[in-house]
Amino acid sequence: MSLKENSEAIFSESPGKIALRTLRKDKRSVISLSILGFIIAISLLAPVYAHFIAHTNPFNSSLDATTHVGGKVVPVLEASTTGLGLGVTPIGPTWNPTGYFLGADGQGRDVMARLLYGGRNTLLIGASAGIICIVLALLIGVIAGYRKGWIDSILSRLLDVIWAFPVYLLAISLSVVLLTSGLKLGFIHVGPGSFALPILIIGIVYIPYVARPIRAQVLSLREREFVRAAVGIGAKDSTIIFREILPNIIPSVLVFVPIIIALCMLTESALSFLSIGVQPPQASWGTIINDGLALLYTRPWVGIAPGLFIVLTAASLNLYGDAVRDALDPKTRSRGDA
Amino acid sequence: MRRRSIVLNSLIGVAALAASALIGGASSQAASDGGMAPFDPAHAGGTIKLVANAAAGSLDPKINYTGQYWELYQASYDGLLGFRYGDGKASFQVVPDLATALPVMSNGGKTLTFTLRSGIKFSNGQPVTVADVKASFERIFKVSSPTAGSFYNGIVGATACLAKPATCKLDQGVVVDAKTNKIVINLTAPDETIISKLAVPHAVINPASSPAKDAGTTPIPTTGAYMFKSYDPNKSLIMVRNPYFKEWSHDAQPSGYPDQIEYQFGVTPTAQVTAVENNQANWVYDPIPSDRLNEIGTKYATQVHVNPLTAMWYLPMNVNIAPFNNVKARQAVNYAIDRAAMVKIFGGSQLAAPVCSFLPPNFPGHVDYCGYTKGATPDKPAKAWSAPDLELAKKLVKDSGTAGQAVGIVVSDDDVNKQMGVYLQSVLNSIGYKATVKPISGNIQFTYIQNTKNKVQISVTQWYQDYPAASDFLNVLLGCASFTPNSDSSINMAGYCNKSFDAQMSKAMSLGLTDPTAANKLWGQLDQQVMKDAPVAVAFTPKQLDFISSGTKNYHFSLQYKMFVDQLQTK
Repeated sequence: MSLKENSEAIFSESPGKIALRTLRKDKRSVISLSILGFIIAISLLAPVYAHFIAHTNPFNSSLDATTHVGGKVVPVLEASTTGLGLGVTPIGPTWNPTGYFLGADGQGRDVMARLLYGGRNTLLIGASAGIICIVLALLIGVIAGYRKGWIDSILSRLLDVIWAFPVYLLAISLSVVLLTSGLKLGFIHVGPGSFALPILIIGIVYIPYVARPIRAQVLSLREREFVRAAVGIGAKDSTIIFREILPNIIPSVLVFVPIIIALCMLTESALSFLSIGVQPPQASWGTIINDGLALLYTRPWVGIAPGLFIVLTAASLNLYGDAVRDALDPKTRSRGDA
Repeated sequence: MRRRSIVLNSLIGVAALAASALIGGASSQAASDGGMAPFDPAHAGGTIKLVANAAAGSLDPKINYTGQYWELYQASYDGLLGFRYGDGKASFQVVPDLATALPVMSNGGKTLTFTLRSGIKFSNGQPVTVADVKASFERIFKVSSPTAGSFYNGIVGATACLAKPATCKLDQGVVVDAKTNKIVINLTAPDETIISKLAVPHAVINPASSPAKDAGTTPIPTTGAYMFKSYDPNKSLIMVRNPYFKEWSHDAQPSGYPDQIEYQFGVTPTAQVTAVENNQANWVYDPIPSDRLNEIGTKYATQVHVNPLTAMWYLPMNVNIAPFNNVKARQAVNYAIDRAAMVKIFGGSQLAAPVCSFLPPNFPGHVDYCGYTKGATPDKPAKAWSAPDLELAKKLVKDSGTAGQAVGIVVSDDDVNKQMGVYLQSVLNSIGYKATVKPISGNIQFTYIQNTKNKVQISVTQWYQDYPAASDFLNVLLGCASFTPNSDSSINMAGYCNKSFDAQMSKAMSLGLTDPTAANKLWGQLDQQVMKDAPVAVAFTPKQLDFISSGTKNYHFSLQYKMFVDQLQTK
């Protein structure tokens, strides 16, 4: 696109449309979204795979189950028949989608089916926590930055307190406490095994990482001429926030979304790996890696497969975040198109 | 007895039959009856390297209460009496150690008279005197030894010592005569188990100058073949030969073979296995990870030793809170669990066997029976467990009116226990409950599940015998005296207290003093009787697996302290 055409496009289209058009042309965006879409799709299809293809219940122990391999019926957990006959080993990958495609875990459960169910839970918790984090951070950042004074002081110190803890230490501490007895706050009662707990915990620990830059941006915007002009003509605070401030910080927030979701997803996996996230018999990629740890020598795929899914998802989200940032940054866009 | 954290939970109630049957004539037995072969200097020397994930706390023999270090104390510390160095059942024999002979009992069993051997020195060169013996008994109370109040509270003066440990004096309870080397221990009442209590590490003899507090990581001088050179719980424990040791009793404290024993800490179980495979270590302390079992059983079969244990993995169910305050709910769990599946999780049929009875196989009083297997009932039991009966379990849950209730399963957080918990959750969900698994640190799980404040409904735990006596299982684990609400020390985790059953156990214990055969028959009946109430579900009986390096020889296994570390040879 020539400079002239570019300038015409800029003046004829809204910034949002320009960003979308740029994203559509960005290979990083297309590739990352395709991978994400694939992972989300197969994760959502977990029940279909488990019930209609693999014919298995991935939440029940199946220590006496059998399956067909090469026309023969074989036990899913096979006792050693060599040497002293020590140990029982789960079946390895059959690479047959109709059963134990990635093998079984120590409970005789289909790893592929659990991987897909685990994907649903990991993505659900990661996305939910990410959105909660962004919404609360936006609220806190805008209020603190716009109101300044004692409100800003209180909110900023609150953020400092959370910021002062190493994020994983805080998440682990909260999880250990809340997962044992659940959460009871007045009429709010969340059971120990509820997904709401990891969502809330993970969402909260990342708030300062988003709220502080938003606050800084709002503090800066508040002193800009167009905001002062709005104040001068007697506009209400809500009008200034929604019409002048928010539209200017939304691009930054949009860049945060995929990155924070990736962080939340990784944190969920880490907590679940440490047995303080998703609780059995539910699965998440972190719990499956934990299951695979005990089978690292004999059945490495149990741990490798969810690890690969985590890497692919986190990398795709980060790549997409980069693409969004570039698409929303006029300077980068101009440099890229010139 | 717990495998790792607690060695002897209780000797209270352990019948005298064990001690009284074992002590007679035990002082001079030959190797052919299970004792150690004579020391062979040709194989002496070298270093034995042991590896473990973690150290086991204080090195003080009056404080430490773990199997991990009691295994080492056998080669380093001595009491007036000790357990015999020997394979299998020979290792349960109590033999004279620092005493010249077993005690002379008088005053209706309330007075025990010993004579201290002369010429024995501590590893710091000081001679062992009767004053050290008296001081050692007082030190049990001064350092608040974990068994002070349960094992040694019958010594005259112990009550005052328990009340004021710092100023403990046992002038009337432990009377010594330096001229004759005589030691008289006076008890407030006859105690049939005192012989065994005097043979465990908490009753070993230390120098009178030992600190009146937990010595922690500072080694206390020893009398045995080895002494502790250094101890860093984050790194290693090193034992070397005691330069003042001369063998006085081959049964109680034989000469050891290695010049040095090194215990390295901070090595993960899988790294431990690799180290032994590569001859970088001689022995693995921790349980072998499940995914390495086939490997060592196949490639290193000659280095593996599997020994039977009289022990059980079981599921105590809290009979005082829902849903297991309903006998049908407890019976349902007993019918529902697939014991063969739990054996698979443990490592397979070579390492464990399904059982239903409370008393393990090859144990006094054991009867082959299973009331909770397909086709059997507690009133018409089968000979052995064959398969679970899920349909009957579901019916019992429905009949009990407890279906749909929430059940928390508290397990230790190691891999095998967690897997057991997940399996049990699956079973409980399948028969109508809403089960959750609560894995908690192995360091606290055992005490956590004992305390009624924690409202534990069901848990997975283990019990390893202290002595070959049925009361060590039934009376200790299901007796009313073992149930102490709101205490971390309430070993009757089910909270089962049946006065009639208690009276029958007392009868069996009394009968054991005069007619052990009849007593064991009665214990067998009591086993079947109590399991009708199903306060627990017994899952399987495990075996001990020791994996040693290819260059390590002369492996011997004690039922009391497991492997004899000091008898291993590298030459």
